[in-house]
Amino acid sequence: MSFVYNKLMGGKEGLTGFILLALLVLVVFPLCLDLFRLNLVGKYLTYAFPAISLVLLWGYGGILSLGQGIFFGLGGYGMAMFLKLEASSPENTAIQSTPGIPDFMDWNQLTELPWFWEPFGSFAFTIAAILIIPAAFAYIIGAAMFKRRVGGVYFAIITQVIAVILTILIVGQQGYTGGINGITDLRTLNGWDMTSDYAKYLFYLINCALLLGVIVLSRFILTSKFGSLLLAIRDKEDRVRFSGYDVSNFKIFVFCFAALISAIGGAMFTLQVGFMSPSFVGIVPSIEMVIFAAVGGRMSLIGVVYGTLLINFGKTAFSESFPELWLFLMGGLFISVVMFFPNGLAGLWQDYGHHITDRFKFITRLFKRKESLPLDDTAKSELAN
Amino acid sequence: MLGGYTYGELGSILAMQGFAGFSLFSVLLLMALGLAIIFGQMGVINMAHGEFMAAGAYTTYLISTITEQYFPAFMPYYFVFAIVIAFFVAGALGYLAEYALIRHLYKRPLDTLLATWGLSLIMQQSYRSIFGAREVSPTLPDWLMGSYQPTEMIDIPINGMFVLALTAFVTFAVFYLMYKSNWGLRVRATTQNRIMSGAVGINTKKVDRYTFALGCGIAGIAGAAFTTIASTGPTTGTLYIVDTFMVVVFGGAASLLGTIASAFSIAQAQSILEFFISGSMAKVYTLFALVLILMFKPEGLFANKVRR
Amino acid sequence: MSTSTDLTLAIEDLTVSFDGFKAVDDLNLYIDKNELHVVIGPNGAGKTTVLDLICGKTKASSGSIKFLNKELTELAEHEIVRSGVGRKFQTPSIYENLTVFENLEVSYPYGRSVLGSLFFKRDQNVIDKIHEIAKEIMLDDALDTESALLSHGQKQWLEIGMLLIQDPQLLMLDEPVAGMSVKEREQTGDLLKKISKGRSVLVIEHDMDFVAQIAQKVTVLHQGKILAAGQMEKVQNDPKVIEVYLGH
Repeated sequence: MSFVYNKLMGGKEGLTGFILLALLVLVVFPLCLDLFRLNLVGKYLTYAFPAISLVLLWGYGGILSLGQGIFFGLGGYGMAMFLKLEASSPENTAIQSTPGIPDFMDWNQLTELPWFWEPFGSFAFTIAAILIIPAAFAYIIGAAMFKRRVGGVYFAIITQVIAVILTILIVGQQGYTGGINGITDLRTLNGWDMTSDYAKYLFYLINCALLLGVIVLSRFILTSKFGSLLLAIRDKEDRVRFSGYDVSNFKIFVFCFAALISAIGGAMFTLQVGFMSPSFVGIVPSIEMVIFAAVGGRMSLIGVVYGTLLINFGKTAFSESFPELWLFLMGGLFISVVMFFPNGLAGLWQDYGHHITDRFKFITRLFKRKESLPLDDTAKSELAN
Repeated sequence: MLGGYTYGELGSILAMQGFAGFSLFSVLLLMALGLAIIFGQMGVINMAHGEFMAAGAYTTYLISTITEQYFPAFMPYYFVFAIVIAFFVAGALGYLAEYALIRHLYKRPLDTLLATWGLSLIMQQSYRSIFGAREVSPTLPDWLMGSYQPTEMIDIPINGMFVLALTAFVTFAVFYLMYKSNWGLRVRATTQNRIMSGAVGINTKKVDRYTFALGCGIAGIAGAAFTTIASTGPTTGTLYIVDTFMVVVFGGAASLLGTIASAFSIAQAQSILEFFISGSMAKVYTLFALVLILMFKPEGLFANKVRR
Repeated sequence: MSTSTDLTLAIEDLTVSFDGFKAVDDLNLYIDKNELHVVIGPNGAGKTTVLDLICGKTKASSGSIKFLNKELTELAEHEIVRSGVGRKFQTPSIYENLTVFENLEVSYPYGRSVLGSLFFKRDQNVIDKIHEIAKEIMLDDALDTESALLSHGQKQWLEIGMLLIQDPQLLMLDEPVAGMSVKEREQTGDLLKKISKGRSVLVIEHDMDFVAQIAQKVTVLHQGKILAAGQMEKVQNDPKVIEVYLGH
């Protein structure tokens, strides 16, 4: 029990935060929001996966990746390829010149399915690919860079360039990827209608469960010796190396894990939104993921979820009514988080949160009084004896 | 015979694509010179560098519009002045940005990246609010139009030659300023050892501010040059920022000679490849090759060996 | 000489050059078991570079470094540490965001692989060992203190403790008393004498009084070469050494 309490939840504060978050996403949102809004929240919550990955990678490890969109995209595209193949059965695509291949391939004069699309006909393979390919890709990048001690700024720039390369590839090779429009018209999953209300609720709940699971798993990593080592590497890399650790292996591991989490988010994005496009892969989404983490608090697994929600609510609200203002606001947010609130929302809560909790202390006091009454009785009877 | 071209044709294609590469090279190099100073010397990751270039481009556009409207007789000469003014406008914006933002972040390079990205969003939106989302171009003076034809098949645009000459001039000026002048010595001293430089009486704050402004000013010149080859929109800067960073990193962050060599090879590779494969794949191959090379040689082409 | 010996450390013909500048030039240095050896020398003599070479931070241009008859020059840094060499840096290099306890725990020589560290358990052995070391470095009252709050001297001790917990056969300390108060110097001297029992210690130091307090054997380094070596009194009266220290 103490293992669960300390290692998975992060003690009393972590547990309270975790329960509040779980209540919010599992109970409050489904009860208070209509399905359209709930689906929107579900979409936002998929961005929380890469944001959480950046807590481990950047907040604790000090490794800033400007390429989390790569892994979000790989996960999302993996899922989209499977769904697209299912949507492109010969019956559905009978009007095409080559029936049985995705419509955009037909438009681009492809006459057979490319080899790398073939295995995505299998759901099991797709799930495995979503979990393995992004992590393996991260391993290649990470091993090449960290073993040669490329870090800091150079790592950030190179991951950014890889995100650019991937975006250009996806946009440029539209016969194989669907191009700038991405992979669209995804309707069924194993013959089951993804667009029904029931499916939307179910995907939302699965998404939340996965998110909470990822938080617990990340908490486990951060409270283990590995977590202390990450902090140690961030602050004094040489000291860790000269304490007998192969620092690069630790960086590679955390980078792969971050890629894995981001890919899960991407796959859930495709399932809930019903398409995937290069605009979730490149520089801009990747940097936005960093700002979600920065605003939520780069050291807080729970904080970044709120940061992600807050910015995306803001973005939706503003870009509906004042699209011009939004970019100014977003830019100002970047600057002020860096200059004035380096620990983001979580830091603000830590500094000022007790002012709010103090006001609600009477609630806990109420509960305590009720509990203490029978105790008093037994105490009295004990005294009487 | 290669791909159905005769050798003569192939030579002309290479010459012309090579020259198109020179235009890209000029803009990239001007951008990279500024960034090499800001990133290579000062260690600031200026993600808004492209927006300072756009500031120069929009300044050129404004001056062209004003000249056309009120002083049409001045049209043949305005462009030279526009370059100078673009330098000062972008430089002044850089000076302000350093004062308001950058100077608080010198010890946190990764945070300069985020803050300047925020700055770039604000600048982009400002351009959109002021100049509209549509792309604009200044009216170029007649002498910049047209082309020079040494043989029947080779066709070299004059604006390209002008930009190349401008780039050469700016490069020499920067080289002189950084390596031969007293001021450059102060800059290099400050960036190498801030505390010591302060101790020997260099006003390091002033040096920082003017160095950053100089880097942004050169980006402004790049913007003026840019208007001769393409039109300017609010997001023009973003298109070049990644390439520019690659130029600086590939060249070895602190080496001016490396920056020139790297801008040249990147621009030429991309431009020549572009003729044979699609533009986007040319860019993919170029960037991919750069990433691979940097993985094996992280310090770039021309790095100083430093005793650790 | 390069055959099997019972020396802890045998450095032979060691040279390293940076762009033609020889920071360490054809150096020979031997350290016995249980020996406390001090290297002194003026600034730029190559003292820190020697430590860098031993622990793998800098790669040698030529020559050999044998630790318990094992060649170190080809090993990666973490492999050198794991074979039993500990190195303290000149400025205190500790993890300021972690407590004293966590600093020692992170340095505890188990759970050094990725998986090992994920599933590392803080059992009674670990706790006992940390308390034992903390007592030795006079920080047993400060285990839960965030290490950023320690005094400069305490930070130096903590870093020494982080090495001791790995029980190295060779302990290398780069100017361990720089910036310490007189009392802290004395305490550090006693600590060094205590920990040099059962292992070899290599100290780089500027402070001659401190050297006289602790040293058994002294080597004077000048421009990457050995100027003099032997007992402290002998070295102190060597005219070449006096020339180097006082001559200019």
